[in-house]
Amino acid sequence: MPAIPLANAPQPAATSPAQIRNFCIIAHIDHGKSTLADRMLGITEVVEQRNMRAQYLDRMDIERERGITIKSQAVRLPWRSGIDGQEYILNMIDTPGHVDFTYEVSRSLAACEGAVLLVDCAQGIEAQTLANLYLAMENNLTIIPVLNKIDLPAAQPEKFAEELSKLIGCKPEEVLRVSGKTGVGVEELLDQIVAQIPAPVGDATAPTRALIFDSVYDSYRGVVTYVRVVDGKLTPRDQIQMFSTGVRHEALEVGVISPEPVVSKGLGVGEVGYVITGVKDVRQSRVGDTITMYNNPAKQALAGYKDPRPMVFSGLFPLDGADFPLLREALDKLQLNDAALVYEPESSAALGFGFRCGFLGLLHMEIVRERLERESNLSLISTAPNVVYNVTSGDGKEIVVTNPSEYPDGKIEKVEEPIVRATVLAPSEFIGTIMELCQERRGVLLGMDYLSEDRVEIRYTLPLAEIVFDFFDQLKSRTRGYASLDYEPVGVAEADLVKVDILLQGEKVDAFSAIVHKDKAYAYGTMMTGKLRELIPRQQFEIPIQAAIGGRIIARESIRAIRKDVLAKCYGGDISRKRKLLEKQKEGKKRMKMVGRVEVPQEAFVAALTTDADIDKAKAKAKE
Amino acid sequence: MSSKLSFYVHIPYCARRCGYCDFNTYTPSELSISSDLSGVSRTYIDQLIKEIEFAHRTLTQDGSHSPITVPTIFFGGGTPTLMEPTDLGRVISAIGNHFDLANGAEITTEANPDTVTPATLEALREAGINRISFGMQSAASHVLAALDRTHKPENVERAVVGARAAGFDEVSVDLIYGAPGESLSDWEATVDSALALPITHISAYALIVEDGTKLGAQVKRGEVVMPDDDETADKYLLADEKFTGAGFDWYELSNWSKPGSHCRHNMAYWNGSNWWGVGPGAHSHVDGRRFWNVKHPRAYGERINAGADPKADEEFLDAQARASENVMLRIRLREGLRILDLPQSDRLDELEDYARAGFIDQESWRENRIVLTRTGRLIADRIVRSILF
Repeated sequence: MPAIPLANAPQPAATSPAQIRNFCIIAHIDHGKSTLADRMLGITEVVEQRNMRAQYLDRMDIERERGITIKSQAVRLPWRSGIDGQEYILNMIDTPGHVDFTYEVSRSLAACEGAVLLVDCAQGIEAQTLANLYLAMENNLTIIPVLNKIDLPAAQPEKFAEELSKLIGCKPEEVLRVSGKTGVGVEELLDQIVAQIPAPVGDATAPTRALIFDSVYDSYRGVVTYVRVVDGKLTPRDQIQMFSTGVRHEALEVGVISPEPVVSKGLGVGEVGYVITGVKDVRQSRVGDTITMYNNPAKQALAGYKDPRPMVFSGLFPLDGADFPLLREALDKLQLNDAALVYEPESSAALGFGFRCGFLGLLHMEIVRERLERESNLSLISTAPNVVYNVTSGDGKEIVVTNPSEYPDGKIEKVEEPIVRATVLAPSEFIGTIMELCQERRGVLLGMDYLSEDRVEIRYTLPLAEIVFDFFDQLKSRTRGYASLDYEPVGVAEADLVKVDILLQGEKVDAFSAIVHKDKAYAYGTMMTGKLRELIPRQQFEIPIQAAIGGRIIARESIRAIRKDVLAKCYGGDISRKRKLLEKQKEGKKRMKMVGRVEVPQEAFVAALTTDADIDKAKAKAKE
Repeated sequence: MSSKLSFYVHIPYCARRCGYCDFNTYTPSELSISSDLSGVSRTYIDQLIKEIEFAHRTLTQDGSHSPITVPTIFFGGGTPTLMEPTDLGRVISAIGNHFDLANGAEITTEANPDTVTPATLEALREAGINRISFGMQSAASHVLAALDRTHKPENVERAVVGARAAGFDEVSVDLIYGAPGESLSDWEATVDSALALPITHISAYALIVEDGTKLGAQVKRGEVVMPDDDETADKYLLADEKFTGAGFDWYELSNWSKPGSHCRHNMAYWNGSNWWGVGPGAHSHVDGRRFWNVKHPRAYGERINAGADPKADEEFLDAQARASENVMLRIRLREGLRILDLPQSDRLDELEDYARAGFIDQESWRENRIVLTRTGRLIADRIVRSILF
């Protein structure tokens, strides 16, 4: 039996690097990573059969529900190799699967020597997996290609083994075949991890250097920092220091996850585990930073610490203005665990007080919003997401615009917008459709490669703003769900952008302003004015709705004046009833926001600012 | 209490129910009684008389003996003319026996044009009724059919002429516009034919689709499409123009009359005066207290026969509710609302906008009153909301 009872396994701080293998699993959502991880926990017997549950490592409800991993984890698995009969410690470092969390992925990769490339053999590799694979290859990781779900009737192992072998330059027969569900091939995979992935290399006598690859806020323990020790060692009571900030902390507790936290005497070279210092905010213990000793600091930090940069901005407003303090509290709490989330108070004439929030991407935005609503029981309006623009005004002043309302009036010298390099993987029958979509979105084709006979990789540069605006939904619907997308920022480019304002009865409504490409300004203007005409109820005067660029009107609609708003009859018995009806209408009027003299229902803002896809989602939700 | 009290007398019976009607009324089959209501008339009227006695006891129980004058009585329904005219006369007598029925009191009955004959009209006059209001609704038979009304358009003229011949000096017709299938010219024809009648008063209501009616259900199911509000607004403007041109002045949003022929009973509702409604489901208002009777005729009868109060519930109007009602009701009247009486003084800018836009009569506005113009009356509820919140 290749499993080793935990108590008899090599102990933390007393395991030689030669016995250690650090690996991660690169996989797309749904390709079975969590199931495979569950199986590994079972086979290595770190989780007893009776304690096993599905997606054991996914801690948040939202992770389990959406089937995606947001925060990475590291699990210590003892294993006796079926090949050489020796005892080993495998550290499985889980990686987030989504493009928004690329930086976290790269830090996870930096903590490993090898990666299991896990691909569903009914679907083939997806764009984000490919992106992470390239990242792993750039980090010189040993790649073990694995096809999962070989038990499925729709499995096409030959086809996808061919595809993988082309991508990583191995032979198709070297691609392992497993089923996380049935356990077939998993023991062999563990043996191959031992055999193929190199042991970590480090200097046990050098000043301590440990890479932070994850940092999680726990309401009981404070921040739990996940580290990979490169040189030296980490022991409890050490006075440690963060390389980036120079701040000193005491290591109150050091341990490993197996898969529940186990306190240890320390962590040695090549080992993976956690440190608790009592800090309350993940920003004090940031992913990518290097931990060293206060008394004997290392000279050089480990490679690459960078601040995750928010790419997408959106305003979050409580539906009920009185909830503003609650929203602030909720954001503060969330930030303890999410170093990438940034926000500052914002006030909108139409939506009241809220926060302008910056996110890594659309999924990050959606997750944050969902967590705020779920964990703090808030109802929120989010404004249409936008990207960051560098605007140079006529007098040469440069302004960073994260909100259309900051866009300067008057003459604009130039505007720069963020550009991404996007990779789309799809069946080749959709090439035309995908190219058409990318062209519509101001894309520039970089290249195209066939992954296999009928699957292609298409590369484009695209303005991030175009991706942010329902690109993914469009891509999915136009390719019947087959296409996958990945993108990475590649800088900024000058573009012919304008700000379109929406005016109600001549008054600008900040919440509806948008920065769009000149060629799309007209379409945005007609879309928004048309939407508002449907959403705003008729009032006693005609309401002109205009879209304007500066002083120039580019689209107009109008809401005709209401002509009848009276109940014809009012006799003795009607009086009480009518008065009560009035009282009810008073409540309705409270939910109206006044824009000048125009009453705009809250729902109009929600509906106008969300995309049609969001509205459909909301409708579907309401039906449940 | 103040020394005046009007009476509303509810007759909760109809030969059949109209699809749009949500009044508290019952057909013989619903009550499992004979279709001609014979036998019901006498017992039911006896119950009403008992309630009139009850009203008298209630209003004089504080020991005051100051006389209570009754300026108006109104028989509504339902279909009051399904009762024997002599039975209606017994109600009037009972009121006269317990209260001080004013000299020249206005005593109205609603009437179905189909169910009156020269003889019944004579008998109604003899019973003391001096004002009659016919449910004409429309001159177009397809509109009457859409409303489930069974009378023939030509019967209206006969009924009105007959009423004049019988000595009714005050004759009114009720009209309904905005029924499904009614065109603007249908409505114009209805207005013209009403104006051709020897009448002194016209009520014209836009049809309201009420929940719980057959029409309400049909609209909900999409079987019937209601005309849009803009068209209904056009019909109001047309009617107001024609009525005014023919010498009928508006005195309430949906009511027009020859000079001096306004309905004094209805004015009592709108002025916040006191009235007692007798009969099942009837509403009353006495000095800021509103109360209403149990709805079903059987429940009502049981209470009355047991000597109990037939009241189902009541409410006491606080100052705010009174102020709201005052605005809500007076803004519908020709006399309008004094700016002095507005509950909130910070609405003048909004009202100024309404005046400037032609919804409030300019002259009245200069005199610190709010009198609505034709177009203003059409959005009266909106203006009320602006004033109140």
